[in-house]
Amino acid sequence: MKLNCKHLCHSLDLSLEELDYLFNLAKEMKKNPAKYSNSLAGHILGTLFFEPSTRTRLSFESAMLRLGGQVLGFSDSDQSSAKKGEGLWDTVRVMDGYCDIMVIRHPKEGSSLLASEYSQVPVINGGDGGHQHPTQTLTDLFTIVTEKGSLENKNFAFVGDLKHGRTVHSTLLALARYKGNKFTLISPSELKIPAYLREQLTKMGAEFEESTDLKSAISDADVLYSTRIQKERFFNEEDYLKLKDNYIINNCVLSHGKKDMLVLHPLPRVNEISIEVDSDPRAGFFRQAKLGVYIRMALIHTLIKGGHTNA
Amino acid sequence: MLKVASIKNGVVIDHITPGNGLKIFSKLNLKDIDEPVILLRNADSSKAGKKDVVKIENFYDLPLEYLGILDSNITINYIKDEKIIDKKSVSLPLKIKGIVKCKNPRCISFEQKDVSPEFTLNNREDGYICSYCEETTSLKRIKL
Repeated sequence: MKLNCKHLCHSLDLSLEELDYLFNLAKEMKKNPAKYSNSLAGHILGTLFFEPSTRTRLSFESAMLRLGGQVLGFSDSDQSSAKKGEGLWDTVRVMDGYCDIMVIRHPKEGSSLLASEYSQVPVINGGDGGHQHPTQTLTDLFTIVTEKGSLENKNFAFVGDLKHGRTVHSTLLALARYKGNKFTLISPSELKIPAYLREQLTKMGAEFEESTDLKSAISDADVLYSTRIQKERFFNEEDYLKLKDNYIINNCVLSHGKKDMLVLHPLPRVNEISIEVDSDPRAGFFRQAKLGVYIRMALIHTLIKGGHTNA
Repeated sequence: MLKVASIKNGVVIDHITPGNGLKIFSKLNLKDIDEPVILLRNADSSKAGKKDVVKIENFYDLPLEYLGILDSNITINYIKDEKIIDKKSVSLPLKIKGIVKCKNPRCISFEQKDVSPEFTLNNREDGYICSYCEETTSLKRIKL
């Protein structure tokens, strides 16, 4: 399948049909990895990480290596010419001669869209400031489909830093396109979703309510999506310290949730989910991180070669 | 009542919100034009009570998008041989590029003077949405 978009900068860049296609391909890649293990031999993934990342970068690298491709790049802006004052557009123009596809993480919002305007090869947004993280969204959706069977008619509770949490912004918008979903958005009043996102959700007809009460909000949730308070997005330490421990999910909190509730987190966690929760079968965040590799494999493969047909 | 001469050929920027006439005069750099220019402030208006008016002789080329953001109430009359040959209402443009900078300090375009986002009009109350960060810059915060 050829995707309508050349680049993936936003979680709404892919149609529902394209998402279904990627979920099926990722499922097939997980089931039959040998079939795809050499399918991108001779291709190079460029990783331009201007901000620290463990999961996203290594998940992309793992995905490319599992497809038989190779990887080059940097994992910190200090290792790139950005430190010398080079503009993003120049870095991108140079890198697109060195690789066949690139993933970019950058602290500024809209950076991957800007990069896509200068790149001849596909650009994947690996997180742009507090704005979007579309491949985390692919991971989240693929995990929900895998574990719950469908993306429709579910109650979702999002908790934590909903203002700066780009994964929340991306995933909320993506889930709002599926019918019958309801959202409870739990955060301190200082960390509510941004106004533009609230407006977009309203325009899409999404059913959502905002709350500060975690325990009562999770009683109906099919999926509880927790996020870290994004320390790096605060302009002063004092505000961060005041808000950082507002919501901690532990076994006591989970006792208010359904028996089959799925607990997700984009990771890294700091202390918003207690370690005691890890042994609860509802804790799906490490399974989620693993599934992220397969959906990224499906995405890279489809952007470069068009998916199933060119294995 | 003050009588002001009409122009023979050129444009009349009419129905300017009182107080904006001087701003338009300044932003369009009309002080540098060699042709006759009239700035009329607080003229009587049957629609709004008061209005400002700018008349420019032998001049037709106006940046309509820019004027739309400066004052979306205005109308422009194009005059030839003392007759109105065309009349245009200026409104807020649906898309703008290169006129406005994004006000979101987290946006990639904020500190990069060479990066120019396209803005899409959200609505008159909220203002324009930045193509890069999707944040809205309200009309009140747009300083031209």
